[in-house]
Amino acid sequence: MLFTSEHEQFRTVLRQLVEEEINPYADEWEAARIFPAHELFPKFGAVGALGLCYPGEFGGGDADQSYMAVFAEELGRADCGGVPMALAVQAFMATPALARFGSDALKQEFLAPAITGEHVCSVAVSEPGAGSDVAGIRTRARRDGDDWVISGRKMWITNGTQADWICLLARTSDEGGYQGMSLIVVPTASAGFSVGRRIEKMGNHSSDTAELVFDDVRVPVRNTIGEIGHGFQMQMNQFQDERLVMALMSVSGARRAIDRTKEYLRMREAFGQPLIANQYLQYTLAEFVAEVEILHGYLHHAIERYVEGQDVTRDATMAKLKAGRLVRQVADTCVQFHGGMGYAEEMWVARYLRDSRLGSIGAGADEVMLRVISMMEGMGQR
Amino acid sequence: MKIAVCVKQVPDTWAEKRLRESDRRLDRESADGVLNELDEYAVEEALRLVEAHGGEVTIVSMGPERAAESVRKALSMGADAAIHVSDDGLAGSDALATSLVLARALDGRDFDVVIFGSESTDARMSVVPAMVAERLGWAMLTFAQKVDVDGTTVAIERAGDGETVSVRASMPVVLSVVEKINEPRYPSFKGIMAAKKKPVESLDIASLGLDAAAVGASGAWSEVADFAARPAKAAGTVVTDEGDGGAQVASYLVEQKLI
Ligand SMILES: Cc1cc2nc3c(=O)[nH]c(=O)nc-3n(C[C@H](O)[C@H](O)[C@H](O)COP(=O)(O)OP(=O)(O)OC[C@H]3O[C@@H](n4cnc5c(N)ncnc54)[C@H](O)[C@@H]3O)c2cc1C
Repeated sequence: MLFTSEHEQFRTVLRQLVEEEINPYADEWEAARIFPAHELFPKFGAVGALGLCYPGEFGGGDADQSYMAVFAEELGRADCGGVPMALAVQAFMATPALARFGSDALKQEFLAPAITGEHVCSVAVSEPGAGSDVAGIRTRARRDGDDWVISGRKMWITNGTQADWICLLARTSDEGGYQGMSLIVVPTASAGFSVGRRIEKMGNHSSDTAELVFDDVRVPVRNTIGEIGHGFQMQMNQFQDERLVMALMSVSGARRAIDRTKEYLRMREAFGQPLIANQYLQYTLAEFVAEVEILHGYLHHAIERYVEGQDVTRDATMAKLKAGRLVRQVADTCVQFHGGMGYAEEMWVARYLRDSRLGSIGAGADEVMLRVISMMEGMGQR
Repeated sequence: MKIAVCVKQVPDTWAEKRLRESDRRLDRESADGVLNELDEYAVEEALRLVEAHGGEVTIVSMGPERAAESVRKALSMGADAAIHVSDDGLAGSDALATSLVLARALDGRDFDVVIFGSESTDARMSVVPAMVAERLGWAMLTFAQKVDVDGTTVAIERAGDGETVSVRASMPVVLSVVEKINEPRYPSFKGIMAAKKKPVESLDIASLGLDAAAVGASGAWSEVADFAARPAKAAGTVVTDEGDGGAQVASYLVEQKLI
């Protein structure tokens, strides 16, 4: 069985944290277009939520990935998408490669404070000129003795205006293609680093998303995660956690949205009866329930395989694709079934529609997932 | 310092609670059991005291099998060990019987301080701490909103209606705490995992050497004779203000003998 009594106890703690430390402030943070990461993250760090699957030596929980599922499922139930995404970046998107491949010294310096929440971190892969096509990135780190000198731009970086350090994917040789990239930890206090701009977005308003500028930023070569030149492979590995977490958050968010819509339809009357009495509305939601549960089961199966040490690239890719598509339908339907209230800012639904739209773009667009699946199926090639 | 914290599992505070027709007792199956909220403050205070002064914290709970979950929660917050008194013969115990059981479980174990939440959300009597203190013959410092320990002296602040009262006593003491005292921590992942391995001593009526007739329903001094559901809210009186709204409200209050 995937979940034990300890999982359920930890789930309760996370649910309480979401309800007490995120939800009451969601409106305020959405309006402010930012949330106080340095105040919030230590609260999640204190319960161990930011380092669940990382080594105890650096403050982590030494847990297996089943706890990643608990984390994602509970965070997915928050009243906004932005803050959970920011927390997920910290806990499962910017740190897995460092935890798996980084040197002990690097982990002590950067992973340990990320696990307590004292440091806020980002992962920077996408650029103004390359997102889906990671091989197209141009940010360059040139070696100068024991230092890297980095120049380039990164785009769409979550936590970008608040980060203390960035897990940066950069080119460290002229090989081109998927070769010659490295993952480097870049402290944002480094000279030459700046936040180019904060990007106004359609949704996830509470999360700061930034364009970052690297203008001859000098960091020690020992800040390289794992082997020089293996950055692309390590990032692809790190993407599996990111995609599984995204998919799990989407699925539990969709489940909550369906439940809240059911409640509304019970309460709202039209044509002399509660709206829920319409079979059309019932069946539409029933079908979504079925799809959400099937996908959730598939994800739990993937997590089980992950815990067993198997490669879950295929599972993570498929689940991320289907979750991104499914929440778009669910969110659109929730808006529709709420009528005018679905379109109004005073209800949760409009925000849900905006926020959940990211599911098919972030962490790799649907088409990129389809590309990966096609390659695995022997159709198309790199 | 050896601290004991007495905790109780209660039906979820927000759930609708029901009395059972058959024995006129609270139907504990009808709602999820949770650690009584004020007891979390008691656990927190104990943990803070040992963090500052050294020592260990033991959780003491009387309650059915499933109360083990609440004991576990207190352990996952950071307490070191627990004593769980569970026995079918304890069902129906009133405050007097409960205090007898707890006092017996606490006695002779060299505790310096015993901390209680000032009330449980189900029974809301607030008398068990005082009864336990009386049975143990220890000093009693109740409704503390601040606790200071200096050597073997325990000093508390208690909020009164118009003033704050400072009270102090020598150990051993029984304390009860109110919400204002602290902000309880959330159990951490590591705390939850560690709690699995912490010792929980199981006791029952026999091992405590208690007379079965003195506890449970048979030992209760009080009994619920009858109960009725709260009547549905009656429609209120609507006063329409046509310039004399104030006078109308005043005469209504006079009619009700409220002013
Ligand atoms: C709110 C938000 C937060 C983000 N956070 C981060 C972050 O923290 N770190 C980070 O590195 N990135 C982040 N991203 C970037 C995200 O990963 C990229 O936006 C995503 O990978 C798509 O890249 P792109 O925007 O460059 O789109 P493009 O690569 O320009 O693609 C545009 C569209 O073209 C289509 N397409 C692309 N390739 C193919 C193909 N081979 N076949 C068919 N169709 C295709 C897809 O529909 C795709 O959506 C974030 C993005 C957003 C919106």
